[in-house]
Amino acid sequence: MKKIFIIILLLNINYIYAYSIEPNVFIQSTVNRASDILSKNISKEEKIEELKSIAKETVDIRGVGFYSLGSAKKNLDENQKKKYFDLFENYFLKSFSSRLSEYTNPKIEVQGKKILNKNYTIVNSLLISTSERPEVKIDWRVYTKNPDNPLIRDLIIEGLSLAVAQRAEFTSILNSNDGDINALFKTLESFTKK
Amino acid sequence: MLFYKHKLYNINSIMLRKLIITIFSIFLFAINANAGSDGELTLKKNKPAEIKDCFEKLNRATFKLNQGLDKVIIKPIAKGYKNLPNGIQKGTKNAVTNLSNLVTIPNNVLQGDLKSAIINTARLAVNTTVGLLGTIDVANKMGFPKYVKEDYGQTLGAWGIGPGCYLVLPVLGPSTIRDTAGSFTNVLGGDPWYNASIHGNNQFLSEGLYIGSKALSGIDFRANNIDSLDNIEKNSLDFYASLKSLYLQDRENKIKNNQRGSIEVLYKDEEDWEEIDNN
Repeated sequence: MKKIFIIILLLNINYIYAYSIEPNVFIQSTVNRASDILSKNISKEEKIEELKSIAKETVDIRGVGFYSLGSAKKNLDENQKKKYFDLFENYFLKSFSSRLSEYTNPKIEVQGKKILNKNYTIVNSLLISTSERPEVKIDWRVYTKNPDNPLIRDLIIEGLSLAVAQRAEFTSILNSNDGDINALFKTLESFTKK
Repeated sequence: MLFYKHKLYNINSIMLRKLIITIFSIFLFAINANAGSDGELTLKKNKPAEIKDCFEKLNRATFKLNQGLDKVIIKPIAKGYKNLPNGIQKGTKNAVTNLSNLVTIPNNVLQGDLKSAIINTARLAVNTTVGLLGTIDVANKMGFPKYVKEDYGQTLGAWGIGPGCYLVLPVLGPSTIRDTAGSFTNVLGGDPWYNASIHGNNQFLSEGLYIGSKALSGIDFRANNIDSLDNIEKNSLDFYASLKSLYLQDRENKIKNNQRGSIEVLYKDEEDWEEIDNN
């Protein structure tokens, strides 16, 4: 009986390992895909569209959206949440792809990883220097709750978290408008349209 | 007689300037002490997002003024600087970094880091002599550990003094009450380069040289961040809030000497991240 139990346990462990994706492998493959797009001889608009589709697959946009809202998320009703996530997704994809599209042929090397807990692993990487820019350390916060489908939740560039900075912006907009979520909706809409 | 009168006038003027700076610094510390005592701004809790923006209206106005100055003066100069030959840019960067050792070393000592103080003193000696006034980073080629700048604001932070309110200074940009008070220490005798340039009483150094070296340091920083700042501005919903957050995160890392990948950096926002999974 004990043997059978151990065999079942081992089979389960093997099953888990057979299908889970290592966060560092996931990041390296994601940056390679993005790098391929950025090196392609296509228009900037086409690059942006392709980068958006990678972001949709690899970033936990909903999670980042929740984080960016900070404590304001507790005050939203279901309709407002739905509206927020629609607007946030459009904003995020535009901002994310626009930031990346400025780079041409970036070379990022994954160097290691640090498991924080069962939900998060930090993957360390280095954007290799060129004659135009120095090397940049980039850490990726990977959400690993579902090991089969790891997702990016934050980029920490030289120790500075982009998610924290984004949350500060959202909080600032809400604070300057007495916490009115519609002001944030309006700002997100106008960013997407510009 | 006239010479002595002139000298006396100079001494009085210097003393008056120092007195004003001292009073202003004490005033800043007093505000900081009050701000730090409200229970939210202690070092333990001083997450960048929680540092109060007590003078937000004034800060935003100064930020706008700085953006205007940047657009008209600083950025064009930085762009011109970026077009200079790489050797000149590197030499300039090395020289201003070498001078910053003069502030880093006393701060290493004040923070109890004697090992770094000794290494940085040796670095300064080697680079100033063999490295031709710091234009060549010989120490780096000799395998010295990576240079980490320290300042009086960081030392005050390391001693447990909270940041106080966020400030935007004209021309100089983002700061906090603590960091501004720390900067005043430089002109109160804490920066040997300032002392030698302003009060050195020799024909080689002057106030202009000191101001010039600080301006070069600022231009070098701006030139190295043209693309990244443009990128942040273009993709920000609130550029002011974005820069404020990045500045405060950076200062927190520097004060705690957080190295990339250290557990303090990785865990600092852990509660907030865990919280979103409960929604």
